[in-house]
Amino acid sequence: MSKDVSLMAHLMRRAGFGATRNELEGYLSDGYEATVDNLLDPGESGHMPDDIIRRYHVDQSELRQLDGAGAYWLYRMLTTSNPLEEKLALFWHGLFATGYAKLNQARSLLNQIDMFRHYGFGSFRDLLVELSKDPAMILWLDNNENHKEAINENYGRELLELFSMGIGNYSEDDIKECAKAFTGWTLGNAEYMSVRASKDSIWPYGRIAWHYEYRADDHDGGEKRFLGEVGNFNGEDIVDIIVTQEATARFLSTRLFQYFASDEVDSNGELVISEMMEAYFQSEYKVSAVLRSLFNSGYFKSDKCMYSRVKGPVESVVGTVRLAGTYQEPTLDVHALWAQTMFMGQGLLAPPTVEGWHEGVEWIDSGSLVERINFAAKELSDPTKDGVKDIIRRVTSSQKDLSDPEKLVDSCLDYMGPIQVEADTREGLIEFAESQGAVQTQDGQPDESGSLQVARLIGMIASTREYQLA
Amino acid sequence: MGNKEKSIVVVQLSGGNDYLNTVVPYGDDEYYDFRRTVHIEQEKVLPIDKVYGFSPYLAPIKRLYDQGKVAVINGIGYDNPNRSHFRSMDIWHTAQPDEIGTEGWLGRVIRDLDPNAENVLTGVNFGRGLPRALGVRGVPVASVGNLETYGLFPDIKDESAKKLALDAFAHMYGGVQGKDPVLNFLGQTGMDALKGADILRTAPQKYSSSIEYAANPIAQGMKSIAQVLLADFGTRVFYTQHGSFDTHSGEIVTHAKLWDEVSGAVGDFYDDMKEHGQEDEVIVMIFSEFGRRIKDNGSGTDHGSGGVAFLIGGEVKGGMYGQYPSIKEADQLEGDLHFNNDFRSTYSTIVEKWFGLDPVPIVNGQFEQFDLVNA
Repeated sequence: MSKDVSLMAHLMRRAGFGATRNELEGYLSDGYEATVDNLLDPGESGHMPDDIIRRYHVDQSELRQLDGAGAYWLYRMLTTSNPLEEKLALFWHGLFATGYAKLNQARSLLNQIDMFRHYGFGSFRDLLVELSKDPAMILWLDNNENHKEAINENYGRELLELFSMGIGNYSEDDIKECAKAFTGWTLGNAEYMSVRASKDSIWPYGRIAWHYEYRADDHDGGEKRFLGEVGNFNGEDIVDIIVTQEATARFLSTRLFQYFASDEVDSNGELVISEMMEAYFQSEYKVSAVLRSLFNSGYFKSDKCMYSRVKGPVESVVGTVRLAGTYQEPTLDVHALWAQTMFMGQGLLAPPTVEGWHEGVEWIDSGSLVERINFAAKELSDPTKDGVKDIIRRVTSSQKDLSDPEKLVDSCLDYMGPIQVEADTREGLIEFAESQGAVQTQDGQPDESGSLQVARLIGMIASTREYQLA
Repeated sequence: MGNKEKSIVVVQLSGGNDYLNTVVPYGDDEYYDFRRTVHIEQEKVLPIDKVYGFSPYLAPIKRLYDQGKVAVINGIGYDNPNRSHFRSMDIWHTAQPDEIGTEGWLGRVIRDLDPNAENVLTGVNFGRGLPRALGVRGVPVASVGNLETYGLFPDIKDESAKKLALDAFAHMYGGVQGKDPVLNFLGQTGMDALKGADILRTAPQKYSSSIEYAANPIAQGMKSIAQVLLADFGTRVFYTQHGSFDTHSGEIVTHAKLWDEVSGAVGDFYDDMKEHGQEDEVIVMIFSEFGRRIKDNGSGTDHGSGGVAFLIGGEVKGGMYGQYPSIKEADQLEGDLHFNNDFRSTYSTIVEKWFGLDPVPIVNGQFEQFDLVNA
């Protein structure tokens, strides 16, 4: 297999949800750097249109329930023409983790995700300002309870600790001053909306969408001292100070590195992170610039970086479904697909706490691994699915001799990724291919049972340890 | 960790069980005033005393109550009740009403019972996905959808094809440990899963009983629990759920059916344990995330607060515990029942009196305990 294909497949596993061979051929004709540029500047991306979704799923108009909202986002991930837009939104969702449990407001959660799509590539300053104005975030971290006369530190604290700088880079006093600056940042009719949320009430009007409201009369306009600077700071001023901090550049670059490059940061990784920090300041805090620096780095393109991340459950489900080519049309099964992410430990729109999910190897335990394997094996061992058909077609037309199990395994690994596997894995796969016997053909093409044989091998590849990695 | 070790079976009633139609204040006229349509008729109630009685759909539980094997925890809840399903369930799962908790209380129990995680089956959940109650990092818990098909590749129906797949899996995951720690970890976890599944799948073959469980999911779940418990794998914490008890409408029919299923399953389970001489080694705990509104909405009831839990077992001192909250208008909390005992009192009782563990770090604090277990 060619190095270019491997590299492009690697990029798309990271900047997207993996790619079919068809898609890879398209990206390869653009070239690596142009593809990076296109991914980072998506413009209007194509995806299953909302009106089609809503026509089919009544609940996705009303958005009364979590699973419908999760399913809606899954459609976007499954059908988008710019996977990085959704992959990055998923990153922000994990970093600025806002959960349904406390809100009972799927629409506001989806509005937050849409905000990530709009602001996620741009200036980190704008993103943090929008985040601070986001109604779901305001209620999630109690900023509606943050008053001029009585501050609530929850949002102020997490903004510094979990969303921008990381612990150890500010004092407890900075937290209080930060909280003061965000007094008056609330949502319209906050008291009523928060009571409705805590009572999980749909009466009398169903779910009511929330909007941001600034209440000057509840804002503390007094002098504040924040990270050594003094002034009558409002929330925007605080964000302006936060984004100039080296700690912020390091925090953001590190989190992006861990999500897009490698779970573990070694000394080579530290160098890349320094470059990303430089790009952050040079571009005036542009996330796209930081990502461009990462994707074009030698480290990112190195063998060491490949397969050095454990796929998250959503990433894994979406990648598998995109490869299988299913869910391109509305189907009620999409609710089960959302539940599947929950079974694997990452309920979309339902992070357990504001810390988000624990990623990397912590995704894996015996229960979640069984769910991952069973799901992927079932999805990809079905020879009637378009994506599986395409892999079978490519494998069988590139192989003259379908009776050689080694060649069959290598060819399947190639067209499913390419996926690199350990020796033990390859032997296990060959043993499996052998045990099924030679692929049954008719006129040189696999017949129905021959297709099933290849599909089962594809399903077995989806069960490997290596398939759990990106 | 033989079968003489104590174990617990937690049955979660998801959706918010209507307390008033479970343990019915049939002797209180106001009940019938507030519940114009969604009530249990007086003559159908199975009386506990002159005021309170079980819904007729709890007949199997009433039978055990009469034998002194059922503790009814009345008015259970927590301060500042939350009426959101998700949040309230989280609170019950993490034993943290005031902030968003990260660890499940039963996960902590499992960790303290098996600190070195020597047995992958110390905790077993029957259902897909892990309830937060069981989730603590580093604590393995098996989640079993269906005991008969549990494990890898349930979708391969053909037995010989499945065997080929499992053999290949063992080859791929069970090879020599290499240099990459993540691949090694995946290999180990995959082999653990394979092993756990192989052990669990033997449970139905080892099992024989004269009890015939019903065909509904909770009855089959309780049967699976009986099979695993009696197979003596050292499982100490079992978890399952049934629902949905979210009876905003059509409550009379739905609530009756759900309780008929739950109480039948629990009654059969108790009899099964007794047949095998195990009824003194296991306690069944039944709970829900909240109770429902005192006044009905004409067809069902909306989310409320203050609820009821049950502990059932051979070593349980049967009876009514806690106070049944007053339903008088003046005593209501925004139209709901006032709780009068923190759910963590019940948890603490189980943790200390049943498992002999220190409850404070598990339930996040010191709570008064009930004297309801024979020590």
